[in-house]
Amino acid sequence: MSESSAVVQVRDLVKEHGHGESRVRAVDEVDLVVPEGQTLAVMGPSGCGKSTLLHLMGGLERPSRGEVWLAGQRIDGLSERALARMRRRSVGFVFQAFHLVEELSAVENVELPALLAGRSPRQARRRAGALLERVGLTARARHLPSQLSGGQRQRVAIARALANEPLVVLADEPTGNLDSAATLDVLRIFEELRSAGQTLVIVTHDERVAATADRLVSMRDGMFVDDTRLAGFHPRGLGGLIGLEG
Amino acid sequence: MQDAVLAMLAKEPSHGYGLRARLRQSLGPLGESMNPGQIYVTLSRLEKAGLVVCERADGLPERPDRKVYALTPAGQQRVATWLAEVGWPKPDMAEFHLKLVAAAAAWLADPVELIAAQRRELLRRLREAQQAILAEPAGSKATLLLEGVVLRLQADLRWLEVCERAWSRGGASRADDRVEGV
Ligand SMILES: Nc1ncnc2c1ncn2[C@@H]1O[C@H](COP(=O)(O)OP(=O)(O)OP(=O)(O)O)[C@@H](O)[C@H]1O
Ligand SMILES: [Mg+2]
Repeated sequence: MSESSAVVQVRDLVKEHGHGESRVRAVDEVDLVVPEGQTLAVMGPSGCGKSTLLHLMGGLERPSRGEVWLAGQRIDGLSERALARMRRRSVGFVFQAFHLVEELSAVENVELPALLAGRSPRQARRRAGALLERVGLTARARHLPSQLSGGQRQRVAIARALANEPLVVLADEPTGNLDSAATLDVLRIFEELRSAGQTLVIVTHDERVAATADRLVSMRDGMFVDDTRLAGFHPRGLGGLIGLEG
Repeated sequence: MQDAVLAMLAKEPSHGYGLRARLRQSLGPLGESMNPGQIYVTLSRLEKAGLVVCERADGLPERPDRKVYALTPAGQQRVATWLAEVGWPKPDMAEFHLKLVAAAAAWLADPVELIAAQRRELLRRLREAQQAILAEPAGSKATLLLEGVVLRLQADLRWLEVCERAWSRGGASRADDRVEGV
């Protein structure tokens, strides 16, 4: 049933938290198809269900109802073990608070997922080195997270998310703890991923981050209220933007 | 100004003074600074352009603020076009605000929809500016102007968010009532 070009697909997805009186419907009958190579931004007020949706898409949480498909495989009914394996191989997560292992250096953090997936130490190290170079942190490879700035930590976390060449990168408020210069560094990396054809879903409160995506969905109370294509419009050209025309 | 005055007439014909009061009410404290004569100048221009017609109210002396103004079909057409228009940086905040008030008052369009359309437009422009910035080497001074555009778009988007929140809380009918109470 899943479309061949869809990397992530959810159907009639519902997630309820809590029981009885205190039950909350965090995701309310959502349908979504993310085609291969698309960058999708998700925006919406606090508590509208963005993180929950992202967790469901990446198999970190299980839906109360509905289906989650990843590259043509239905994942919502998988066993814990199979789910963990699928996450390691196919999904790269980036979180607001970085979630790096504090005792490991930058390069060790980045190679960890490859080692867990059964790659040889040499392979894993080589790949980690290449990824750190890609995010501009070769000189910091031996530093501990505590010796890095927030922006640098997040770049390490992005490199780690890419370690196993995931089908999709899921980022939850990736610039939430960063200033505007560090945000721009992260956006440069995302832009590079986008042009390399990486499928990417970004939850954000920052319009500037959302504007790097090809498509933007807006959520309210667990539902999508808007779905906008951002890419491929050249309404007035840059001259129009800065008032040089007309 | 012309478009806002036209849109205020979309709900029903009105005296000049009623229109003035509506505009002032919609603009809040900012409306105080409005030049009272301006609206009559605007109305007579609109009349010459065939967008409004005016009739003298019965039994009242000939004074501009006693005349009743109404939209012509061409005027209605122009209002519809104005409401559907999205653009930046041209339309200013007051104009956009009046567009929402007028649309809600005359049930011509859902203000929340107008805000969403404007937001989509600004986001596309933000993307355009941002792509241009990211295409330049980091730290290039050539991007400073575009950084300014990005900051301005972000501020406008934040304001739209505030507007959206206010108008989606059953705002359409309440704002209508408030303006109606004139
Ligand atoms: N583990 C949980 N137990 C109970 N309720 C939860 C749980 N996780 C989330 N919720 C509730 O589900 C709703 C959606 O939460 P979610 O974290 O997905 O929102 P969000 O859009 O990511 O918000 P934010 O922008 O603040 O991160 C909220 O009402 C939240 O309180
Ligand atoms: Mg969240």
